[in-house]
Amino acid sequence: MTPRVVFPNKILPYLLVAPQLAITLVFFYWPASQALYQSMLKEDPFGLKSQFVWFANFAKVLSDPNYLNSIRVTAIFSVSTAAVSMIAALLLAVMADKVVRSRGLYRTLMIWPYAVAPAIAGMLWLFLFNPSIGSLAYLLRQMGIAWDPLLKGDQAMVLVVMAAAWKQISYNFLFFVAGLQAIPKTLIEAAAIDGAREMKRFWTIVFPLLAPTTFFLLVVNTVYAFFDTFGIIHAVTGGGPGKSTETLVYKVYNDGFVNLILGDSAAQSVILMIIVIALTAVQFRYVERKVHYG
Amino acid sequence: MAVVDLKDVKKVYPGGVEAVKGVSIAIPDKALCVLVGPSGCGKSTLLRMIAGLETISAGSCAIDGKVVNQIGPTERDIAMVFQNYALYPHMKVYDNMAYGLRNRGTPKDEIDRRVQATAKTLELSHLLERRPRELSGGQRQRVAMGRAIVRNPKVFLFDEPLSNLDAKLRGQMRVEIKKLQRELGVTSVYVTHDQLEAMTLADVLVVMNGGLVEQLGDPLDIYEKPASTFVASFIGAPPMNLLSLTDGALLADGTAITATAPAGAAQLGFRPEDADVAIGAVASVNGISLPAVVEGVEPVGAESFLYCAAGGQKIVVRVSGRSAANPGDALKVVAKPEKLHWFDSSGKRLG
Repeated sequence: MTPRVVFPNKILPYLLVAPQLAITLVFFYWPASQALYQSMLKEDPFGLKSQFVWFANFAKVLSDPNYLNSIRVTAIFSVSTAAVSMIAALLLAVMADKVVRSRGLYRTLMIWPYAVAPAIAGMLWLFLFNPSIGSLAYLLRQMGIAWDPLLKGDQAMVLVVMAAAWKQISYNFLFFVAGLQAIPKTLIEAAAIDGAREMKRFWTIVFPLLAPTTFFLLVVNTVYAFFDTFGIIHAVTGGGPGKSTETLVYKVYNDGFVNLILGDSAAQSVILMIIVIALTAVQFRYVERKVHYG
Repeated sequence: MAVVDLKDVKKVYPGGVEAVKGVSIAIPDKALCVLVGPSGCGKSTLLRMIAGLETISAGSCAIDGKVVNQIGPTERDIAMVFQNYALYPHMKVYDNMAYGLRNRGTPKDEIDRRVQATAKTLELSHLLERRPRELSGGQRQRVAMGRAIVRNPKVFLFDEPLSNLDAKLRGQMRVEIKKLQRELGVTSVYVTHDQLEAMTLADVLVVMNGGLVEQLGDPLDIYEKPASTFVASFIGAPPMNLLSLTDGALLADGTAITATAPAGAAQLGFRPEDADVAIGAVASVNGISLPAVVEGVEPVGAESFLYCAAGGQKIVVRVSGRSAANPGDALKVVAKPEKLHWFDSSGKRLG
C-alpha cells in the first residue's frame, strides 16, 4: 500500500475544487433543473401565466406520432452517422499508417475538416447536392439518379448523414491514427511470422487492440450525432422535407423556439437527457466489457 | 530441420546507410548459430532479413535449399522470439500459442494436443488461461518460446531473447534454451550482444562489427585464436589485455618486453587468466615479464582481478583465490610465450 497524501488543511481541498463545482452547478445542474421544472408547466398562449401540470407534457409528447417519428429518425441518423464516420476514419487511418513519405502533411490535410464550423459544413454539402445548382447533384442526375433531397426524405437523410459524418471523420481519424501508432510494430511482425496475412492480422491483432479507441469514439460519436449535429441539419434540410430529418434535438428547438410550446419542448429535452444517459450507461456496462485495455 | 545459407547478403537503407555490407554464413542443419557484436553492427538487421521482416538489398538467403529473398515472413516457415516477447496482449496464453497453428489451418484437436504438450515441456500448463500482463517477465519469456516451439518450424530466430530478464533468470534460461534446441534439433539463429551468452550457446559463433563478419567459427577456437584485436577485446570478460608496441619490442614508454615478437607486430595481447604476477626477478623463457604497479584489486570470491599499470598502459590479471597484493605494490606480470597473441598494425592476427 502506498501511503496516502493527507491535506492537514480542512478547507483548502474544497477551495481547490470550488471553481470546477461552481461551473458544473451554474452551467449544468441549474439549467437541467430549470428544464425539469419547465417540463411540468403549461403556458397560456400569451405567456402571461403558467400552470403546474405534473407529467401531462410528457404524456402528450410520448403519445405524439410526430415525436415517435423523430425518435426513429434520430436512431437512423445517429447509427448511420457514427458508423459511416468511424468506418471511413478507420480505413483512412489504416491507409495513413502505411504512408511513408510526407505522412505529416497527409495527416494535417486529413484533420482540416474538423476546423470547419457545422453550419458551413452543412452549406458546403447543400451547395454540392442542391438539386438546382449543385455540381454533384448535376452529375448524379446525369448518371440517371433522380436526385432531389428537397422532396425525397430518404435522400435528405443520406445528405445530412454524409455532412455530419464528413465533419466527424477528422476527429475519429486523429484518434485512430494515435491508436494504431500505440500498437507495437513487433506484434504485427510476430503475427506475420505466425502466418497471418494482412487482412487476418488486421482483424485478429490490430482491431482488437484498437478496441479502447473504438469504444471511446463510439461514445463520443453517439453524443455528437445526438447533439452537435443541430447546425448541420438546420443548414441543410431544416428538418424537412416533411419531418424526415427532424431529429430529437431539432424538434426540441422547433417546438420550443419556433412554435413556442415551451412545456413540450422542455419535456422533450428531459427525455433526450434520459436517453443519452441511458445510452452511455449501456455502452459502458455492456460494450466496454468486451474492450481489453493494454 | 534446415540449412540456412547466407551468400554475400547486404542491406542498404534508403538514404545510403549500409547496415550489412556483404555477409556469408552457412549454418548447418540443427546447429545454433550466434551472431554477436556491439550495437549497430548489423546483427539484428541480418536476423530480420532471415525472418523476412527486412528486404535483402543484395545477395541471397536460402532456407532448406530454397532462396527466400522474395518470400514474405508468412511463407518462410520460421519462428521468432522477440526481445520484448511481442505476446498478443488481448489473447490468453493458450491462444497466443495456438495463433500460428490456427492461421495455418491445423485441426482443432491437433492444436490442442500440441499446445498442451509444449506447455508441459515449458512448465506453462497452469498458466494457459492467463493473459500476458498477468505473467512475470520470466513466464512471458517462456510463453514467447512456447509460441515458437509449438509451430515446429524449420528455423528458430532469437532476437536478444534474454536481455529483459534479471541475471539469475538469464542464466537459467540460457541453459534451458540450449537444452531445448538440442532436443528439438531445429536450426537456430540467435542474436545477442552478451559475449557470455554467445560463448555458452553457440555451435557456430559469428562475431560481427560494422556490418561485416569479423570472425566465424567454433566459440572456443575464436576465444583461443581471435582473428583481430576487435574480437580479442569483445570476447572474454574481462577482455584480453592489449599492449601497443613500438619497434616490435618496446612498450610506448620504452619498457622492453622480453618476448621475441614476430615481424610486423604492433600489438601484444594476453588473456587476464593466462598471466600471473610475481615479485622479484623472474626468468621467463621467451615469455613476457613486465614491471607493473597495482592500481586496484577486485576480489570476486573464487578469483581476484588485479588492475595494473604497465609501461603506461592498463592491464588486468586474474589470480585464483584472494590476492595478497595491495594498490601501490610493484610487481611483475609474467606470461608464457604460447599464451601470447600478436597483432599487426591493422589489428589482424599474426601467426
